[in-house]
Amino acid sequence: MNYLEHQGRYKGIAGWIFSTDHKRIGILYLISIMTFFSVGVLIGVVMRLKMLWPGEHLYSAQAYNAFFTVHGVIQIFLFIIPGIPAVFGNFLLPLQIGAKDVAFPRLNLLSWWFYVAGALLALTALFSGNGPPDTGWSFYVPYSLRTNTNVTLAVFAAFILGFSSILTGLNFITTIHRMRCPGMGWFRMPLFTWSLYATAWIQILATPILGITLLLIMAERILNLGLFDPARGGDPLLYQHLFWIYSHPAVYIMILPAMGVISEVIPTFTRKNIYGYKAIAFSSLAIAFVGYLVWAHHMFTSGMSDFARALFSLLTFLVAIPSAVKTFNWIATMYKGSIKIEPPMLFAMTFIFLFAIGGLTGLLNGALATDINVHETYYVVGHFHYTMFGGTGVGLFAALLYWFPKMTGRMYNKRLIVTSWVLFFVGFNLLYFTMMVMGWLGMPRRYYSYLPQYHIYHVVATVGSWLLAGGIFLFLGTFLLALKKGAKADANPWGAATLEWKTPSPPPHENFDEIPTVTHGPYHYEGGHPA
Amino acid sequence: MNAIPAKHQPIPLSSYVLIWLGLLMLTALTVTTASLHLGGWSVFAAIAIATVKGTLVLLYFMHLKYEDRVFKVMLFLALLTLTVIMVLTFCDVLFR
Amino acid sequence: MSNAAVTTHEQQPDATGSKIGMWLFLFTELLLFGGMFLLYAVYRAKNAGDFHYASLNLDLVTGAINTVILLTSSLTMVLSIGMLERRDRKRSLYFLFATIVLGLVFLVNKYFEWSHKIHHGIYPGSIELTGRTSGENLFYALYFLMTGLHGLHVIAGLIVLGFMAKMVATPARQSVPVSALTPDARVGATTVLVEYAEHDTLDQRKLIRLENAGLYWHLVDVIWIFLFPLYYLIS
Repeated sequence: MNYLEHQGRYKGIAGWIFSTDHKRIGILYLISIMTFFSVGVLIGVVMRLKMLWPGEHLYSAQAYNAFFTVHGVIQIFLFIIPGIPAVFGNFLLPLQIGAKDVAFPRLNLLSWWFYVAGALLALTALFSGNGPPDTGWSFYVPYSLRTNTNVTLAVFAAFILGFSSILTGLNFITTIHRMRCPGMGWFRMPLFTWSLYATAWIQILATPILGITLLLIMAERILNLGLFDPARGGDPLLYQHLFWIYSHPAVYIMILPAMGVISEVIPTFTRKNIYGYKAIAFSSLAIAFVGYLVWAHHMFTSGMSDFARALFSLLTFLVAIPSAVKTFNWIATMYKGSIKIEPPMLFAMTFIFLFAIGGLTGLLNGALATDINVHETYYVVGHFHYTMFGGTGVGLFAALLYWFPKMTGRMYNKRLIVTSWVLFFVGFNLLYFTMMVMGWLGMPRRYYSYLPQYHIYHVVATVGSWLLAGGIFLFLGTFLLALKKGAKADANPWGAATLEWKTPSPPPHENFDEIPTVTHGPYHYEGGHPA
Repeated sequence: MNAIPAKHQPIPLSSYVLIWLGLLMLTALTVTTASLHLGGWSVFAAIAIATVKGTLVLLYFMHLKYEDRVFKVMLFLALLTLTVIMVLTFCDVLFR
Repeated sequence: MSNAAVTTHEQQPDATGSKIGMWLFLFTELLLFGGMFLLYAVYRAKNAGDFHYASLNLDLVTGAINTVILLTSSLTMVLSIGMLERRDRKRSLYFLFATIVLGLVFLVNKYFEWSHKIHHGIYPGSIELTGRTSGENLFYALYFLMTGLHGLHVIAGLIVLGFMAKMVATPARQSVPVSALTPDARVGATTVLVEYAEHDTLDQRKLIRLENAGLYWHLVDVIWIFLFPLYYLIS
């Protein structure tokens, strides 16, 4: 009996929302996260709709400010940060290391409950009192302390979501240290597991700084402490420091698991061992560590000392190196491999392409001299959508395409997926490349109106957003269709080599009939077949 | 799976009392040092003594001395992260 | 045959795994307070004189007594664990209660300290404070913030210790060795042996939980070890 059919202590819905089975928790996260992702996409479409013409029309400027704030809060805190670890980490980690569950199954359920609580609080902030916050998702002081929109509530929601993230990280680190099956030394773990490990450390060590930052906003709004008030000796820049000390490592929470997914997909669809396993594993740790050293590159125009600006610019260039190592190794794996372009592989290669553009355009942001010109323009917006959406978003799509058959025992319609890909790819580049061009030409971000010279770019971008959204909804719809009518998938439809493919699709409640013993690395192919 | 970690013999309770006495003496020391007018150095003295106290609590009361190496490495990582954050922030604040 | 019954039933709890989990949680607390220590460090570096002057307003004696109280509570905590390790539930409970009482005294002291300040018009956003220098404002803002958050953690710790006291006070299930049963009763022998093994396991689970609770309590102590000189002893 597989995990979907298993009858535990509770029946029906209760059997799901009170389940401590990591697979069910992963599915719960999948449903919640994709729901909020869809809402975030719709908000983006609504924003782009207004931007078709300059001037105040369709809705007020105040509403626009609320839209971009909420779009950011939802996509970042409710989609991208939890995203891959919460859904695929939860589902796959025990399977990949040959364990029955994570180290703390009840804490795992609590993580999901914290996610739901944070999400509901965020929704309440949208529809109650003085309306959704209009500060931008970064809640910069002093405006976040003065606006009478629902900042306190929204910030409290993010605080609760932080607990969800921390508990997931805590669980994964302990699980990886303690529950690997016999024979699975550290260097026989799949690279996805390595990426979850590195990510978990960032979740543990960086999220509390966000916690204190959000607490400070709430304390300031309620108690009027004056810690960021220049009239009382406070320094608003310290807020920015505290905010970015978390939020920069947060982008590595976003990207590391996505890179882990790519490291799984590429060996499977090139029928080869991955090139440079240890280099990729260590580069995950390196990215996690160096990621702590660069945060103030978000603050180059805020008033920091010249010394700090030069220092952070230099450090920022360092963090690109381990990412480049990974990209090189993925390509090297493909070289002379037996490549099969199934949907997961298509999206993996798309990841490499889009993330590379994002990474390269990041160099202009990291270089102090050029950043002065592009900071707070659409160039930055284009850059981070290439990395976060073209990177992590596409990585999550690739993960879904790769592991959906394992999770549900069904295969999806590959033609529909490819069609959705075309819409997605064209729309994505029309939207975000155009943003980089107009940002370079001086179009500021977070502005609801603009000068006539930017009009054509906004029109192109908005049309791109329609194609992109169409592609996304067709993509998601294909999975819903597969749930109802998809062909049955067997244990290993892709011919992959890691442990999760050695158990039925969907897996049984206890994952394995017998805990396996591992005798070789995770991407072991002999004659094109997994060993 | 091991049940209780390596220590077969429980640590003698008298050693805990000794550590406690040491902590009390260090508290007295830090109070006296504060009245010594060391100027700029007083904050370093205070933090140094607090660090010794904290280390005693960590090593003995929290058993870190007797734990597997993994615990010490993990704590080191956490403290290193905090240190790096403070140093880099001061690279801005001190040079404005 | 009896061993087979033992191994198939309860899994041995993973003490190291639980401990790793607890330490990871402690790291998050370290970073949480670390952020506030960062703010403190920056503002003190910029307002050294004002911080010194404001610090004189804090009662050194109360602060020192509170430091001794928490240090002693760490001792009683570790003694409680030591007693449970030696299977002396009664003494373990005695030291646990001592820890809780010391924690409560700490909070009472804090209450008096704060009341005294508030009574004199020194609290966040007060009119009295607006008349003082910005450095003093920052000092008091940070003082209330940090000791307040620390106090909340003490309260949380006391609640946890309360649950631990209940756990330690509850005796483990009684067990009967197989040899004491009549031949008829030995038909159910497997069950009895499992219970006997569970009795052992249960004590280990309690010990692990008490040790982890102790770790949390010690961290609360360590944070105060740093707060005390930084607020009360600025010279």
